[in-house]
Parts: sequence; C-alpha cells; structure tokens
Amino acid sequence: MIRPVLAIDNLAKSFTMHLQGGLAIPVIEGITLDVAAGECVVLGGPSGAGKSSILKMIYGNYRTDAGAIRVATGEGETVDVATAEPRRMLGLRRSTIGYVSQFLRVIPRVPALAVVIEAASAFGIGGDEAEARARRLLTLLNVPERLWSLPPATFSGGEQQRVNIARGFIADHPILLLDEPTASLDAKNRAAVVELIETKKRNGTAIVGIFHDDDVRERVATRIVDVTRFASRAA
Amino acid sequence: MNAMISTATPSTAYNFAYLDEQTKRMIRRAILKAIAIPGYQVPFASREMPMPYGWGTGGVQVTAAILGANDRLKVIDQGADDTTNAVSIRKFFEKTSGVATTTLTADATIIQTRHRIPEKELTETQVLVYQVPIPEPLRFLEPRETETRVMHALEDYGLMHVKLYEDIATHGHIATTYAYPVKVEGRYVMDPSPTPKFDNPKMDDCAALQLFGAGREKRIYAVPPHTSVVSLDFEDHPFEATKFDHACALCAATHTYLDEVITDDAGGRMFVCSDTDHCEERRAEGHRGDLLGEAPAAIAGSAA
Amino acid sequence: MTGQPLLTAESVTKFYGSRLGCRDIGFELYAGEVLAVVGESGSGKSTLLKLLSGQLEPSGGRVLYRMRDDVTRDILTLTEAERRFLFRTDWGFVHQHAELGLRMGVSAGANVGERLMAVGWRHYGRIRDEAETWLERVEIDATRIDDRPTAYSGGMRQRLQIARNLVTSPRLVFMDEPTGGLDVSVQARLLDLMRGLVADLGLAAIVVTHDLAVARLLSHRILVMKDGRAIETGLTDQVLDDPREPYTQLLVSSILQP
Repeated sequence: MIRPVLAIDNLAKSFTMHLQGGLAIPVIEGITLDVAAGECVVLGGPSGAGKSSILKMIYGNYRTDAGAIRVATGEGETVDVATAEPRRMLGLRRSTIGYVSQFLRVIPRVPALAVVIEAASAFGIGGDEAEARARRLLTLLNVPERLWSLPPATFSGGEQQRVNIARGFIADHPILLLDEPTASLDAKNRAAVVELIETKKRNGTAIVGIFHDDDVRERVATRIVDVTRFASRAA
Repeated sequence: MNAMISTATPSTAYNFAYLDEQTKRMIRRAILKAIAIPGYQVPFASREMPMPYGWGTGGVQVTAAILGANDRLKVIDQGADDTTNAVSIRKFFEKTSGVATTTLTADATIIQTRHRIPEKELTETQVLVYQVPIPEPLRFLEPRETETRVMHALEDYGLMHVKLYEDIATHGHIATTYAYPVKVEGRYVMDPSPTPKFDNPKMDDCAALQLFGAGREKRIYAVPPHTSVVSLDFEDHPFEATKFDHACALCAATHTYLDEVITDDAGGRMFVCSDTDHCEERRAEGHRGDLLGEAPAAIAGSAA
Repeated sequence: MTGQPLLTAESVTKFYGSRLGCRDIGFELYAGEVLAVVGESGSGKSTLLKLLSGQLEPSGGRVLYRMRDDVTRDILTLTEAERRFLFRTDWGFVHQHAELGLRMGVSAGANVGERLMAVGWRHYGRIRDEAETWLERVEIDATRIDDRPTAYSGGMRQRLQIARNLVTSPRLVFMDEPTGGLDVSVQARLLDLMRGLVADLGLAAIVVTHDLAVARLLSHRILVMKDGRAIETGLTDQVLDDPREPYTQLLVSSILQP
C-alpha cells in the first residue's frame, strides 16, 4: 500500500465532566486507521459511537487522550495533530485538512458568495479563480443565484448546508473530513454532493466521512470502518 | 497721554522693586535656565504680589528681578501705555524702585507687556517681558500637567496640530488669532501668551531678549535674542499674520495692529493703532488718518 | 508568516503587594494571530493586558516584542519615547470605554488624524482624506467627520476608536472588552467589522473579553485565566468545544447558546 496521507495510531478519547462530579465518559480507544490518497473511508456505527469525535480529533477541534494522528503535509512533512502547536494546527487547516460540518456557522452580514470565496482565499486560491469556483459550486448545488449576495443567516437549513458544502469543497485540501454533509438535503442535492465527492476522490483527496443515508454511503465509500469495535465500554 | 520720560522718588518702605533680594536671585536663576533652554517652561517659586492674579503678577516678578536703577521702563497693555493695567504697574515700579519710566518704545530698556509686541523693531539693548496667564500651549487639549511635561520632554507635539486641524475643520482656516502656538529653535512648542498672531513674526529672530512670566502658574520661559520662532501650520494651510482692511484712522498706518473702537451709541466706530506710542510718533511725523481731528481726545490722545 | 514571534510573554508575573495580579503567563504571538484572553472579572486579564502593552511593570518575567526593524526588544527596556512611538505607530489599544481612547472634545476627523499628525503628517487635505477613508472603513458616514464623538452613539464611538487606532497600520492591537457595554445588535456589527479588519490587514491582536462569543468569532487561540493564572490554552474552537479544566467547562456551560 502507498504511504497513507492520514495515519491514526491507537487513538483514545474520553470526556471528564467536572460539572458532574468528575464523571468520565469514555468515547473511543485503540482506534488505528490509515487513509490513502483517493480513498473515501466511511465511519460506521450507531450514533454515540464516537464517529463525529474522531473527525473532530483529526481536525484538532477535540483533544486526544492517547495515540497519534499523523498527517502528511504538502511539503512532505508529517505532523502529529495530537501534539501540534496551535499555530501549526491552524496552518494544517489552511493547507491540508478541510472540514465540512453538519451546520454552517453563520457569520453575520457576509454574503453567501463571499462566505464560499473566503474559504478558497484562505487556502491560497486567488481572486478570479476563487470566484469562478464559488459560482460553479453554488450552481452545482442548486443555490439560487438571487441568494448569493445575501448573508446566509436567513436561508433555510438546506440552503445553508449547501453553502457550507460549497465552502468545504472549494479548496484542494489533500484531506477532507465530512460530517454528515447530506443530512438535510433532498435526493437531487444528495446526488450533487456524491458527484463532488467522486471528483475529489479522482483528484486524489483522502476523505473520511460520516453519512447516515445508506445509498450515499454505498456509493462513495471505498471502505466502511465500523467504529463500534473501538468504542470504549461505558465505565 | 504725552510721550514722556519721568523719574520718581522711591518709597523707602520697600526693597528696590518690591521683591527681596533672595527672591530676585531665585527668579534670575529661573530666567537664566529659561534662556539656556529656549521655549522651555521653568518652574519658579512665584510670590504673592500686591495685585490679583491676572493682573500681570508673573511679568511684574520678572521685571522686578531684572530691573536696575539705570533702566528705563515702559509698560503696555494691549499696546497702550495709558490703560489701567499699564498705568498701575508703571506706578508700582515708580513707587517701589524709582526707576525712570517712559512711553517711548525706543527709549525703554525694559518693556513689560500684556497682549502686544510694540510695532517699532526692538533692539539688542532691550528686554521684552510678557505677562502670561496660561503658559502651557497643550493645556486645553491635555489637562494633566504630568502628561504635558512628558509630551514636551519627548517632543510629542501631534496634539498641537490637532488643535489647528480642528480650526480648519470648523472654520475653513486656522482661526486661532491669538496665543497662536510657535516652535522655538526647532524644539519646544511655546504659547506666545495671548498676543495676537499678528505679532508672531516679530518674535522670530528678534534682537531683544523676550522673557515670559506666569505668576499663578509659576512658570518662566524665554526666547533669547535672534532665536528662531516658527508659527505652527499645515503645508496646505500656511501661517498667515492677520491683515486689516483698514488703515489707522488717526495715523493712516496700514502695517500695524488695529483696535476697533466704538465711538458713540449709534454704531459709530473707528480702527486705530493699538500701539499708542507708535501711532503718536507717526502723527508727530505728519501722517494723518481719515478721522484725525474728529476723534474724541480720549481715543486720539493729546497728540491729535 | 515569518518564523519569529511578534510578541513573546515569558513567565509574566505581577503582584500588587502580597496580592496576586497574574502569575507565570507565557505564550508566543505571531503576526496575524488573534489571541483571546478570557476569564471573569478579577481573573487578572486586564492586569495581563497592561503588562503586555508595557503600561505596567511586571514583578517577574518579561515581554519581548519584535520591532518593525525586526529587532526583538524587551519592552521594559524601551525608553518612554520609544514606547510612545510604538503606541502611536505599531500598536493600537482599544479601550472598553471609548471615551478613554478618544478625545471627546475634538472632531472625529481630528481623532483619526491625531496619530498621523504625531508621526509628522503636515498636509491638512491629506490628513482629512485619510480620516475620511478610515471613517468609511469602520462604517461611519464621512459627512459626520466634523462631529465630536459626544454626538456619536456608543457603537459609533467604538468604531471611531478602532479607526483612530488602525490609521497608522499597526501590527498589534490590544483590545480590552471591545464590545462590553454595547447592545447585542451593535456588538454583532462591531464584531463582524473587527473580524473583517483583522483578516484584511493581517493584524495580530490580543483581545481581553469575558464574552466567549467574542473569543470564538475573533480569535484563533484562547487563554483562559482564573485567579491570575492561565489554566488552559489552545485553539479557540478546541478549548471552547472540548474544554478540559473544570473552570473552563463551567465558563462554556454558563453561556447562552443563541
């Protein structure tokens, strides 16, 4: 097998709820997973199994208790997300790891098109190219053009989510994390997202995703990893 | 009044020029320091004087400290020798020192002034003493004394231009017409006391020593002879001395600072030189203004 | 991004007599980074801000700053003249109460222009043009340029204060509760404006706030203070989404989610 872009090694995570008398909630332990370029690894298992937590740890949004998350950067280095300095992590998010959350975090007053372009600029894609990409993605995701100049705060959940997907897909991060991107979409838009994922895979993006719809999951997954086997038993 | 030189017999109840010798020495030390650091405000132990603050107690102390028996003293207020403040201070020194007093600018060795610089060019043998109410040019923008001192020390003078900016923004031009801030010898920003900005150019490269005394604020500062005094301005709003549309109604001068004088209850008015000595001298030389002969004696004086 | 930090705090400690202001605070701030310092009143965050900006002398530790000439200096060894120069060129300081950061007795234009005049601008027209540009950037109608800040609303005053600070293109801005005391809708506008300016200008900033929403929207990194100590630091979203310390968990759980 070629060298993985993302290598998770013996990762463990638990939450300690200090406000509840120090209650420890174990989430996951001993997870080891390699993801290669062009692969789409789908995390499976019931809700509460820790799938989202794994994505958040890879993105540096959650901390880890043990183990390593090694990411190959574009410059040929390997960075362990679990121990990376904040500044390094911010750099990784700009250059290497993309993330599509379940919901768009709405920024007041910024129009939809600008929200999407901003994600491209952060990655280093220039003005005209960024705008062209943003327009293409919003069109592909059936966001009506009349909405582009409006801030997404007032959009419906589905419209917001499609802006969010456009934002997540516009850059060319070598690693892309997808946390239920299709949850609030209809069949037509789900199909559009599937097409986007296929394109990313063909271009060599390593994808780790969570999908609730079986049909989407079946169509995009290179392999499915059931995280239940890594789930910690409740203390 | 008549141009005159008078001498008086001093009262022996007071030390020469009122202040005791120790105090004079203290003031002279402050003056020397002020001369050594042009434009810098030197603190001094200002004394209670037998006149209220605002009547020139700072100028009087400086004059008292430098006055010698052979000096000839001229005192002006708004350019005039015959206004209350000028008359009172002149009498004060006549009584306490017995020095000769004069109204002739050219004859005076020391000229104490409130609000004007004489029109006649001053010479190396003269000292001009200003009465200063508020010596700190930054005061109206920065109320803290500790802060203004640091600002002077660090030449942190952006604030001074803020004031001028504000003038232009409000009036379309720099509307400050008196106490117009100047920079002395390229270093200290100084308040030239409430002299009209008309007089600012006279301070630059002036042959006479200029001393400033602020009694209530307890500060002395100085501009030594032939020191550069530059009025602050903007490149696109350069400093301009006040110009008058009129000539003096008494002596026809067009180059002097004029006072507007109301002559009756019907709105009658005239513009006359604020420097009475200069005006009288011109009239004596034969210059005649439009209203000479018609003007009340109280305005024209006896030289009319 | 250059390799050297812009500002480095090393074990910065301050005692007021025997009372602790803050203790052993250390971090590095790089160009373009925004650090939020959060904690409740009395946690030492304002003390820390004063120490970092050289307005207070630490009892221990030091603060290093990389000047525009790339020489890193201990800010305590700067002369008063250098410190002031820094404060009107390369640094900004946004106070919670705009009145402290503005000259209330002069017009908005003069407020913005003051720093320019302090660094030697002597052309009225150019100073005014620059002030107008900055008023517009902070969304104040340029026709209000000759009004005094006393005639401005709280939100406008705060935006004016920001313009006044940014006009000399500082590299580092200190902000002390910049949205404190403003209506919620006014806060949102101000936050968005600051977020945009910080990103556009590549500013580094240290923002002291007790409002976690401000921290989330503005900052890359966060430093949680309690009783004068930094109890938790990290990426802003990491600390807010996965708080580790009991106190941080309490802070995060006590905010209302909109």
